Amino acid sequence: MTTPEWLDIGWVDQIPVRGSRTVQVEGGDDIAVFRTAEGKIFALLDRCPHKHGRLSQGIVHGGAVACPLHNWRISLSTGEALGEDKGCTPTVPVKIDAGRVLICRASTLKAAA
Amino acid sequence: MEHRPIKTDADTRDHLVVIGNGMAGCRAVEELLARDPARYRVTIFGAEPRVNYNRIMLSPVLAGEKSFDDIVINDADWYAANGIALVAGDPVVAIDRAARTVTTRGGATESYDRLLIATGSDPFIIPVPGKDLPGVIAFRDMDDVDTMLAAADAGGDAVVIGGGLLGLEAAHGLSLRGMKVTVIHLMPTLMERQLDEAAGWLLKQALEGRGQTILTGADTAEIVGDGKVEGVKLKDGTLIPASLVVMAVGIRPSVALARDAGLAVGRGIQVDDHMVTSDPHVLAVGECVEHDGQVYGLVAPLWDMCRSLADGLVEQPTGYRGSVTSTKLKVSGIDVFSAGDFSGGDGCEDIVLRDASRGVYKRVIVKDDRIVGAVLYGDTADGSWYFDLLKKQEDVSDLRDLLIFGQSFASGGGAADPKAAVAALSDDAEICGCNGVTKGQVVSCIAKGAHSLDAVRGTCKASASCGSCTGLVENLLALTLGDDVQAGPKTMCKCTSFGHDDVRREIVAQAMRSIPEVMQKLHWTTPDGCSSCRPALNYYLLCALPGEYVDDQQSRFVNERMHANIQKDGTYSVVPRMWGGLTNPTELRAIADVVEKFNAPMVKVTGGQRLDIFGIKKEDLPAVWADLNAAGMVSGHAYGKSLRTVKTCVGSEWCRFGTQDSTGLGVKIERMSWGSWMPHKFKIAVSGCPRNCAEATIKDFGIVCVDSGYELHVGGNGGIHVRATDLLCKVATEQEAMDHCAAFIQLYREEARYLERTAPWIERVGVDYVKARIVDDAAGREALRARFLVSQSFSQDDPWAQRAEGAEAEHHAPMARFIPQEELA
Repeated sequence: MTTPEWLDIGWVDQIPVRGSRTVQVEGGDDIAVFRTAEGKIFALLDRCPHKHGRLSQGIVHGGAVACPLHNWRISLSTGEALGEDKGCTPTVPVKIDAGRVLICRASTLKAAA
Repeated sequence: MEHRPIKTDADTRDHLVVIGNGMAGCRAVEELLARDPARYRVTIFGAEPRVNYNRIMLSPVLAGEKSFDDIVINDADWYAANGIALVAGDPVVAIDRAARTVTTRGGATESYDRLLIATGSDPFIIPVPGKDLPGVIAFRDMDDVDTMLAAADAGGDAVVIGGGLLGLEAAHGLSLRGMKVTVIHLMPTLMERQLDEAAGWLLKQALEGRGQTILTGADTAEIVGDGKVEGVKLKDGTLIPASLVVMAVGIRPSVALARDAGLAVGRGIQVDDHMVTSDPHVLAVGECVEHDGQVYGLVAPLWDMCRSLADGLVEQPTGYRGSVTSTKLKVSGIDVFSAGDFSGGDGCEDIVLRDASRGVYKRVIVKDDRIVGAVLYGDTADGSWYFDLLKKQEDVSDLRDLLIFGQSFASGGGAADPKAAVAALSDDAEICGCNGVTKGQVVSCIAKGAHSLDAVRGTCKASASCGSCTGLVENLLALTLGDDVQAGPKTMCKCTSFGHDDVRREIVAQAMRSIPEVMQKLHWTTPDGCSSCRPALNYYLLCALPGEYVDDQQSRFVNERMHANIQKDGTYSVVPRMWGGLTNPTELRAIADVVEKFNAPMVKVTGGQRLDIFGIKKEDLPAVWADLNAAGMVSGHAYGKSLRTVKTCVGSEWCRFGTQDSTGLGVKIERMSWGSWMPHKFKIAVSGCPRNCAEATIKDFGIVCVDSGYELHVGGNGGIHVRATDLLCKVATEQEAMDHCAAFIQLYREEARYLERTAPWIERVGVDYVKARIVDDAAGREALRARFLVSQSFSQDDPWAQRAEGAEAEHHAPMARFIPQEELA
């Protein structure tokens, strides 16, 4: 049963290592959930600050994802564009409980709106 | 076993009862005795029928390196000498907090003034069928070791479930004891909580080299056997025989006793900074507690906790503030160390040193001039030094450039400037270990005109093999030449000092088989590469090892991972293959049906004579492909660094000018070459006469038919810089045209750099070189053609059909759907 503040979206293992899955939010944009080579899980709005590319479709390396449209590198932990590029994607707090991935409900609604 | 000093009536001291005779419970008592030996009367209850021993040394006992006596911490005399009553082998089963008593399984009751719970943790047993069969054990106490030793005496096969610290130590011990050991690990990397991918790969190699079978990404379905364990079955159906199964998948704080007594319990028994639980008379310490949201499964935090606990018990509270932990694998001959946070992230800087010849990988993670994590493999001598810097949060900015070389280097003689360190080396100091080149030789080679890294590599061979001395050579160049150093060829990306050609050459020369292996052997400076080098390495390995290399999907650009072209709005476009640009009513009907069924907003005829269906959602792709497959169409690879299309004109069958069957030849060539991965996209065209309606002279490979045969053209493209083809040669038959085409494709596949189209490649190597390889050298051409056909035998597998049947569904389906309205309803 999901606690009101956190949305249970599935098992950690459902996200490929160095890959991503999405969570569809009715009436809003998708949330992209990432799993790094180190096994850390991050959630961001699935939208690059540049031209709104789907970050979930990018290549995950280190703690960043390269946007599939123009190769902007976005930090998975802060959502900030790295290097020379400027811009920021909203992030959603994540916690892991007994192998389940939970994302913050309020941040999800705010980011996806 | 019981040591119970006679209690005198005069003993009116407070009674401290300790539940747990393990490392935490006894250490707490030791700390207490060190502060005030007379303050409490102490009774310890232990579940195991033996004295206190060092649990973390069970691995060396299993491996035969130590005996039980070697790992005893406190023998019977210690209990007696300190007046401690030990009740061993009769565990406490209930706590009555109102009456302040504990009751044992045997029915004995003891009252307390202060109670200390140190129950440690329980092994986690995965709930699969067969988990209770005789022969299935955990690895937690001396009884488990005895069971393993007995099984090893009988010989046979053992399976260890869990490739973490404990599992690998168990596997090592059983292997040394003569059992044939298979380790089953759910995750893709061994010890993923402590090691990054690179170190995990090295560890796997080393363990396999010792005869263990390591299965990563393997999920246990059930343990099979009739009356006793006989094997383990994986979810993929594999059956591994085993007379012993060790479950080492993790531990859970042992909290049942505390929870039953009504104490506050989260993941562990919740304690404050003085290790006091929600009941002020009850304390808890060790792996069973949760402090500040943290639960620890390692030994080091115990020492800090026990100090704070004892300080509180003697009313001089100090307070526990949490621990930073490090781990070391106790497998002799394999040195692994890990500490802190190695997950990287913002503001974190990785310093990586790889020494392939010594099998060393070192990675230190620095943030805001402070070490936040370290992973060491092969050379862990500096582990404690890094750990110390980490715990003390020392500013390492002065050591930064030499940090990775270790303590003796970094703090030696204040030589914090790497250039100064290199300048201080004597002329006969060895710079390049692989090729035995001294500093004097490198400097003289630079003085003789080698003014770039590449020139040094080409003349004296320093840094030409593994590349680990590249930094030293660069410093020597800078020292000798100042600003006159010439930039070398572009490196592949910022992760490596090698260029594309060097990497490809070494992949083949050293027979490398995976991306982590390439990164290790060629000293990558990042842990898992970047979006530039990973797709390139994936292609180079795929090209070098057809049929053998397993494609890494996460190292593919999105289009090649999704087998469709991503558009700016996040939808995809889909192009089915139409051989040679030919189609028929069945295919056209299927395409029309797909357009209507999936509401595709646009269909477009492409420049390559195909139909492109736009606006398909990623979730719908498998269904679209299933419909197209049903009409006989396969992936058009319009999305890939691969053979795109073979464009044709109508040729001699219909056209009054046509000289040969250009459509027929185009179809044959497309059937031969479809599905092949290339350094970049590759387009072919066949024109039936020199009017060249198929625009063959701006294609990567173009054929222009003439009365007497076929003109073969190479290296053309449209695009920003239009380049017309060079004429390769003229041949007389269709078969020769196809053979030359296959050989040319393979030469390009093997020698061009990733993302280099044929036009810039040919301008770089010269068309004469290509002619020498394809036209003049008949045997070489045949060998290239044969290699291409071998590669094709593995790659002509329609990726759409696989996905339509459900393969890799996670690429298409969302993980979850969140509907706020329904949730509220």
